[in-house]
Amino acid sequence: MTNTRPVSTGERLARGGIYAILIAAALVYLLPLAVMLLTSVKTLDDIRTGNILSLPVEIVFDAWHKAWSNACTGVSCNGVSGFFWNSFQIVIPAVLISTFVGALNGYALTKWRFKGSELFFALMLFGCFIPFQVVLLPMAQTLGYVGLANTTTGLVFVHVVYGIAFTTLFFRNFYVGIPNELVLAAKLDGAGFFTIFWRILLPVSAPIIVVCIIWQFTQIWNDFLFGVVFSGQDTKPITVALNNLVNTTTGVKEYNVDMAAAIIAALPTLVVYVAAGKYFVRGLTAGAVKG
Amino acid sequence: MSALEINKVFKDYGKVRVLKDINISIDSGEFLILVGPSGCGKSTLMNAIAGLDDITAGEIRIGGDDVTHRSPKDRDIAMVFQSYALYPSMSVRENIAFGLEMRKVAKTERDQEVERVAKMLQIEHLLDRKPAQLSGGQRQRVAMGRALARKPKIYLFDEPLSNLDAKLRVEMRTEIKKLHQRLGTTIVYVTHDQIEAMTLADRIAVMKDGVVLQLDSPQNIYDNPVNMFVAGFMGSPAMNFIKAPLVKLDQGYGVSLTNQAGDTYALPVPQAKQGSLDGWLNKEVILGLRPEQITHVMPHRQSEPFCHTLPCRVEVAEPTGADTLIEIFFNGQEVDARIEPRSQAPVGQVMELMLDMSKAVLFNPETQDRLA
Amino acid sequence: MSNNNAALKSGADGLVQPAAAPRRFSNRLQDWLPQIVLAPSFLISLVFVYGFIIWTAVLSFTNSRMLPNYSNFVGFDQYVRLFENDRWAVAATNLLIFGSLFMLICLLLGAFMAVLLDQKIRQEGAIRTIYLYPMALSFIVTGTAWKWILNPGLGLEKMMHDWGFTQFTFDWLVNPDMAKYTLVIAAVWQSSGFVMAMFLAGLRGVDNSMIKAAQLDGASMPTIYRRIVLPCLRPVLFSAVMILAHIAIKSFDLVMALTGGGPGYSTDLPATFMYAHAFTRSQIGLGSASAMMMLAGVLAILVPYLYSELRSKRND
Repeated sequence: MTNTRPVSTGERLARGGIYAILIAAALVYLLPLAVMLLTSVKTLDDIRTGNILSLPVEIVFDAWHKAWSNACTGVSCNGVSGFFWNSFQIVIPAVLISTFVGALNGYALTKWRFKGSELFFALMLFGCFIPFQVVLLPMAQTLGYVGLANTTTGLVFVHVVYGIAFTTLFFRNFYVGIPNELVLAAKLDGAGFFTIFWRILLPVSAPIIVVCIIWQFTQIWNDFLFGVVFSGQDTKPITVALNNLVNTTTGVKEYNVDMAAAIIAALPTLVVYVAAGKYFVRGLTAGAVKG
Repeated sequence: MSALEINKVFKDYGKVRVLKDINISIDSGEFLILVGPSGCGKSTLMNAIAGLDDITAGEIRIGGDDVTHRSPKDRDIAMVFQSYALYPSMSVRENIAFGLEMRKVAKTERDQEVERVAKMLQIEHLLDRKPAQLSGGQRQRVAMGRALARKPKIYLFDEPLSNLDAKLRVEMRTEIKKLHQRLGTTIVYVTHDQIEAMTLADRIAVMKDGVVLQLDSPQNIYDNPVNMFVAGFMGSPAMNFIKAPLVKLDQGYGVSLTNQAGDTYALPVPQAKQGSLDGWLNKEVILGLRPEQITHVMPHRQSEPFCHTLPCRVEVAEPTGADTLIEIFFNGQEVDARIEPRSQAPVGQVMELMLDMSKAVLFNPETQDRLA
Repeated sequence: MSNNNAALKSGADGLVQPAAAPRRFSNRLQDWLPQIVLAPSFLISLVFVYGFIIWTAVLSFTNSRMLPNYSNFVGFDQYVRLFENDRWAVAATNLLIFGSLFMLICLLLGAFMAVLLDQKIRQEGAIRTIYLYPMALSFIVTGTAWKWILNPGLGLEKMMHDWGFTQFTFDWLVNPDMAKYTLVIAAVWQSSGFVMAMFLAGLRGVDNSMIKAAQLDGASMPTIYRRIVLPCLRPVLFSAVMILAHIAIKSFDLVMALTGGGPGYSTDLPATFMYAHAFTRSQIGLGSASAMMMLAGVLAILVPYLYSELRSKRND
């Protein structure tokens, strides 16, 4: 709308300043990633003689190879590959189950309101806010009782239990915006609870399903607390393995291996972010959308 | 046998009573319109008939069966929603067939039914589209098609035209009327638009604050409203309400009107309507006179017993094309009159107006109920 | 036409006439389905959130050490011990310093960047993507990266020396007084882009005609932002504060990866304190008490927030 009048020198300077600040900030945000990448393809000698931003003398992928298959994470020295797959084994069922339960809950809470459904939602919502430290000890004991301690199943269970508060919130806020008349019309047409869910609601839920899956995926993939408390030697997720690898204090510190492992740990969520950034932002801000 | 009987129905939301002792009975093939301002309970009553809302007390019968405690799907009714409520993920064809599918009607029969309905509503070319690809009028048709496919005992229309633009609304209104005449279906129709109510209904129920004030044919509602609310709600521009003292005349009672010049006229009210006026002599009543009952002088009607002419000053004139609405004053109160455009005197000038008192109604100023 | 009519009526009779009796039961089942579907989640929430909170509370009143012990109740002893504990005092103070700095910087930076990005910037999408990507990373990855960057020997310091600033020293990571600020740096790097995105979404929601009206009134752009636009973002600000406070109180992974709580316990936070005492130092009672204190901290922020939310909703 300002195009119609001539742009003064002052304004031009101001705009230049804005761009300069924005680009400088972008560089700062990119810096750690650049450092990680550069470091991961250097040799240890190269790291000692150069600095964090100096270009590698020679690009080598030894560190990546070592990080993947034979770096030491605590007692074992088989790299992070096993833990990388562990994470997938935890994340995939946990995400699918919690998303499905959240969708059903959100549907029941918005389209089949009953006395107390609002209270129920408020009770559940509280689960989004508690610091998980307050449930760690009882959960550890409970998992022990039922024989799920140190198992992948146990971790999936924990992530589902504490994920459904978020997924329910997502779906509830989405379904609130879907006109109730749709459900009434379907009821008059003779459809029941599940038919309406499968045939009417679910087919229009694609956007929120994507948001929810992405949110849950990044949350659970990036989890460290549950992983470090509830996983066993062989069921550790990648975040725990990475932390062990970095903080293992035997022998020479191999920064290039650390960085390669860190990038490996970050890769799935980064890929998701680049591929579906729009939904990622929506998921993050959905937490701020109160219903 | 009545197609729909509503007996002593009450509905409370918490402490708020939204339906109070509703009693309506309509015959098969009848077109009933529930009309009233928003919040009057008409939509709640509609939902109660559909079974989408439970009622607190009373009974609802459809085709003679007590359906009070039946779920919506077992009441054999279809509903057209204000928002159309078309299933967004399904094509038009699937939308229309969904109700049949839920009732386990065979595929071939379903297809036939969809074809029949689509033909009737002229939406055959839209069958494979999704609702999002349709215009407002087309969605409206599909919503009707969905209701028609099921051949239910009763059709419920919940403000079906209020999302359309003015021109389309008139078109669809005519179409609904034709469809009703052709199929002889029983329809309960909710609207807040009194023109829709007048044009479509066999009978109108005017509701306010959860009560049916009057249930009657459109003409009777228009001519013989039971109180000032019904009188004022039906008709546009609205009925004039003029405070006027009741006076004794030779033939009975009359009302006293004073024009802008200060001249007072006593106009008789029809004999037939004088029954309950005895206690009101020389007291102020409210005279209800519709704008079209105050007109330019029509010579051929001047001899009618209740037509009187008197001079009035034109204060404001609003031409609408076919008629011109002018504002005059009686007893110091604004009054609208509807006159033929060419007969209008310039604003500020005096012209003769003819008052047709044969349809005049009188109201009790305190209770607002009809006196005569 | 009358044929049609007749067909219609017979159709009505032919199509749907369910037997009344067997429907009753399935109807009643239908009526209860929403509750039945919600029941598992309700139970889960009841047991694993509320039940476990009570369980932890019970533990905090015992002198459980390596294993939970429910026979020896000691009242508020663990809380007394907690508040006499130097390490807890450090952790709580650290949270206060870390939390307030982290939130303040994130908010200022986020709002500032959002306003800049709202100036019809070319490549806005790309820039926004860059600001936000750290949010996709695990705090463990963030911590690992910054631990390397801030490495006193080979990190930033060496780079500055290489670039000729030989006097430059940056040893915060190993300096007990300064290490907590490295947490702030890494956490701000990770979360400020998110705050920016929230503010930007808020800015986009501000009614444009209001800005035009202010322009016609002769207000300059900075004035318009300061006096008109930013005040409209109060709800966004509240949400952002809530989320950031939540991140701060829960901060555990970042500390574990970046400083491990060290040097000594100078960068301990309540979350790491709880973990250390409950799981590695065999002080389950004390750990439980610290977890309860964390919950109390969250509630102290949450309750007034929810209260104001509910009140403002009622006023709508």
